[in-house]
Amino acid sequence: MNAEFPGGLSAAFIDQATSSFADFLRTLGHDPAARITGDSADAAGVSRSVPHGTTIVALTCENGMVMAGDRRATMGNVIAQKDIEKVFEADEHSVIGIAGAAGIAVELVRLFCVELEHYEKIEGVPLTLDGKANRLSTLLRNNLGLAMQGLAVVPLFGGYDLDSHRGRIFSYDVTGGRYEERDHYAVGSGSTFARGSLKKLFRPEMTTDQAVTTAIEALYDAADDDSATGGPDMTRRIYPVVASVDDDGVRIWDEDSIGPVVDRVVSARMTSPDGPVAQLPQSGGAA
Amino acid sequence: MTVPFYVSPEQIIKDKADYARKGIARGRSVIVMQYDDGIAFIAENPSRALHKISEIYDRIAFAAVGKYNEFENLRVAGVRLADLRGYSYARKDVTGRSLANAYAQTLGTIFTETPKPYEVEIVVAEVGRSAAEDELYRLTFDGSVADEHGFVAMGGEAEGIHALLARDWHENMPLSEAITVAVSALSTAEQTENGTPHRTVGPAQLEAAVLDRHRARRTFRRLSVNQLAEILGDQVPGPPTAGTADSPDE
Repeated sequence: MNAEFPGGLSAAFIDQATSSFADFLRTLGHDPAARITGDSADAAGVSRSVPHGTTIVALTCENGMVMAGDRRATMGNVIAQKDIEKVFEADEHSVIGIAGAAGIAVELVRLFCVELEHYEKIEGVPLTLDGKANRLSTLLRNNLGLAMQGLAVVPLFGGYDLDSHRGRIFSYDVTGGRYEERDHYAVGSGSTFARGSLKKLFRPEMTTDQAVTTAIEALYDAADDDSATGGPDMTRRIYPVVASVDDDGVRIWDEDSIGPVVDRVVSARMTSPDGPVAQLPQSGGAA
Repeated sequence: MTVPFYVSPEQIIKDKADYARKGIARGRSVIVMQYDDGIAFIAENPSRALHKISEIYDRIAFAAVGKYNEFENLRVAGVRLADLRGYSYARKDVTGRSLANAYAQTLGTIFTETPKPYEVEIVVAEVGRSAAEDELYRLTFDGSVADEHGFVAMGGEAEGIHALLARDWHENMPLSEAITVAVSALSTAEQTENGTPHRTVGPAQLEAAVLDRHRARRTFRRLSVNQLAEILGDQVPGPPTAGTADSPDE
């Protein structure tokens, strides 16, 4: 069958033996990652004049994992958006958070979500968590041209592994390099501060609720020291987007459930502005 | 020199149609029916892996009878078309009607332009917010589309099953009643010469799924053998029918 069916499904819909939506798009001549043509100096200018997403944190817990992101997008020194969402449900058992050029990042997430659902529908079974993580690598590598021109996207991916029954976290670089992270990780402009905070607060046996509190603390610390990361906006009730994943699937925490957690963290900071204090080991020397 | 036979176009079309009809009647049946909370799909299919019923998009599903490789081609093409539309526009812009049209064009072209027509019959169903907004499109091998209401039976003993459903189906059936009615139609439609039911179709020989109008986003879900056994009550899951290969397109 090589004919185009007028008004119907062209041969490309029927012939191609791929389960990937992105590959199918390419056979139709759509390239989701078209580069900016022309002077690369123009591209650098574009990079400064589009919104950028900032900090995402993720950590594993007793029965899965938790991911959270602040709500700020910046454009140079300007706050471009106060309530951007940067953490998304990728499919039933995985979540994705994004930092970097917001327009390209949101498009990447959209494509990634369709990619996972498309595979599941064509093959009849979902991809494994490793398969999803590798797919994201490939999609990201397709964006390398734009990344080299200054429009980089750095995702953080995590989910519940139905084979090994635990939460897992994957980080990426702009070339599509995929790295599995132990316990916790953060990406974006405030990630240095968030990672320091996570390192001191993380306990492997934490419940989901404790992990959510830890994520909020880490984002608070990131916002404390990084101008591009937004802290919880108590006056407008704009709270971080929090997603938790366990055996039952993904839960995006709504305002009513995350509000009290943020309230507790912020009110504790009223008396202790630097947050919870880690215990020093008992010193063997004299008092 | 031999003179080529003249065959009239009417004869060619008739032969192709007869060929396709015979192929479709050889397979086992699929029933698609509305119930109070959505649309149910029940197929006699001993295979767990090769499906006759599939999800296409949030509110759209696909059921088919006939040659597996042919309807599988159409199913995959439908998933691609739906995902492409949803990705290019918005999820709500993917409609059962446009998919049914694309299938109709495709089947019509294949029927007229290729020597061998597709031996398939398919249903594209879209669940609405209420039963009145449900859409059921039945497409035959030559690209004809029929807009159905209530229930559709395809393949195998389709006429006998249609008669039974016409007697037993009514609006706003609960799911358990719909499944029971469908399974009893599948079991009794095929009768031996002395009039006794040919066999009982148990949960193990069934493939069933629903489009549940009350679910958010993806409304399609499959019913497991256990769920079916529970709905069908005391009917014990029987052993797979003897002599069935692991393929639904026999």
